[in-house]
Amino acid sequence: MRIPAGLLALALPAVLSLGASAHATDLPQAERRSGPAAERHSGYDFMSAETRAMQDDDVANPGMLWVLDGEALWNRPEGPERKSCAACHGNAGVSMSGVAARHPAYDAMRGRPIDLEQRINVCRTQYQRTTPLLYESRDLLALTAFVAHQSRGEPIAVAEEPQTRPFIEAGRRIFEHRQGQLNLSCAQCHNDNWGQRLAGAPIPQAHPTGYPLYRLEWQTLGSIRRRLRECFAGMRAEPYPGDAPEIVDLELFLAWRAKGLPIETPAVRP
Amino acid sequence: MVSVPAKARRGAAIEIKTLISHPMETGYRVGPNGAMIPRDIIRLFTCTYNGEEVFRAELSPAIAANPFLSFFTTALESGTLMFRWTGDGGFEATHTAEIAVE
Repeated sequence: MRIPAGLLALALPAVLSLGASAHATDLPQAERRSGPAAERHSGYDFMSAETRAMQDDDVANPGMLWVLDGEALWNRPEGPERKSCAACHGNAGVSMSGVAARHPAYDAMRGRPIDLEQRINVCRTQYQRTTPLLYESRDLLALTAFVAHQSRGEPIAVAEEPQTRPFIEAGRRIFEHRQGQLNLSCAQCHNDNWGQRLAGAPIPQAHPTGYPLYRLEWQTLGSIRRRLRECFAGMRAEPYPGDAPEIVDLELFLAWRAKGLPIETPAVRP
Repeated sequence: MVSVPAKARRGAAIEIKTLISHPMETGYRVGPNGAMIPRDIIRLFTCTYNGEEVFRAELSPAIAANPFLSFFTTALESGTLMFRWTGDGGFEATHTAEIAVE
């Protein structure tokens, strides 16, 4: 277990002054993601060969079942004008390429970033004039997986601009804030102790490269919101309620922190 | 979803992979209302090659959701592979694939 930096400073000021500490907050702004880009790893790198093989083979990857469903939904007419996604966006392979890599993205009308699921629901309510899809519903997962799949292989590149900066910082505060009955922060595992093991499972760096993804534990596809809820529950902290803006701030910070890693949707994780 | 090589040499071993969307509900779980969730699994998978059965699997409640099955058979002649999944609640799904053997 890592000794808190504060304790080290009390006991060993001489050692610390040599600059031996590699704590993320000591790094310059550009490197304050999860360390330098070369040390950034997708959760894929921490998995067993069997799970990796499952993700790599589209016939074996159960997430592809949702991608196929999503393709059907993409072409299905919705709302009073019977408009499908394809009616406006055409070939998803062209129009949706790279879109997931840029989300969460700033939405001028809401004055804050929204994630890919929210973007799909904005399209549904505003342009198709139909009902939004429920989070974790099969249809929303399928459509999100289909759209995100069009960005597979593209590097994560959320916009870093004056409008998004305060939300990235808000996400960072959640990530670095100790909370819950275990008094843990996300950073204590995913920045300070990645690569080590927690109850037998490897601790990844928490980069959102493959969402929505298929978890063998879930036996189904799930969103990043579901994954984050589980992390909060694991820390014995209060998960954010359904549509809390904080969860999107955290999603945005994680995407910013994962900049450059390729999208894997649909990923498979243990 | 099924993957069969489109072409094969006569006598060659070919790998066939199948993946199907199914909850594989065990029948041993309790729902949020306290009642048992009824079992809903695929019981049987068969693959026939030009009408002759070449592979069969009986599935049980311990098998994960969205079962993935992969097996080998010998490419004998050009024709049709037919896949059939049957299970609880009258579940039935079929898929066919063509193979050219030269």
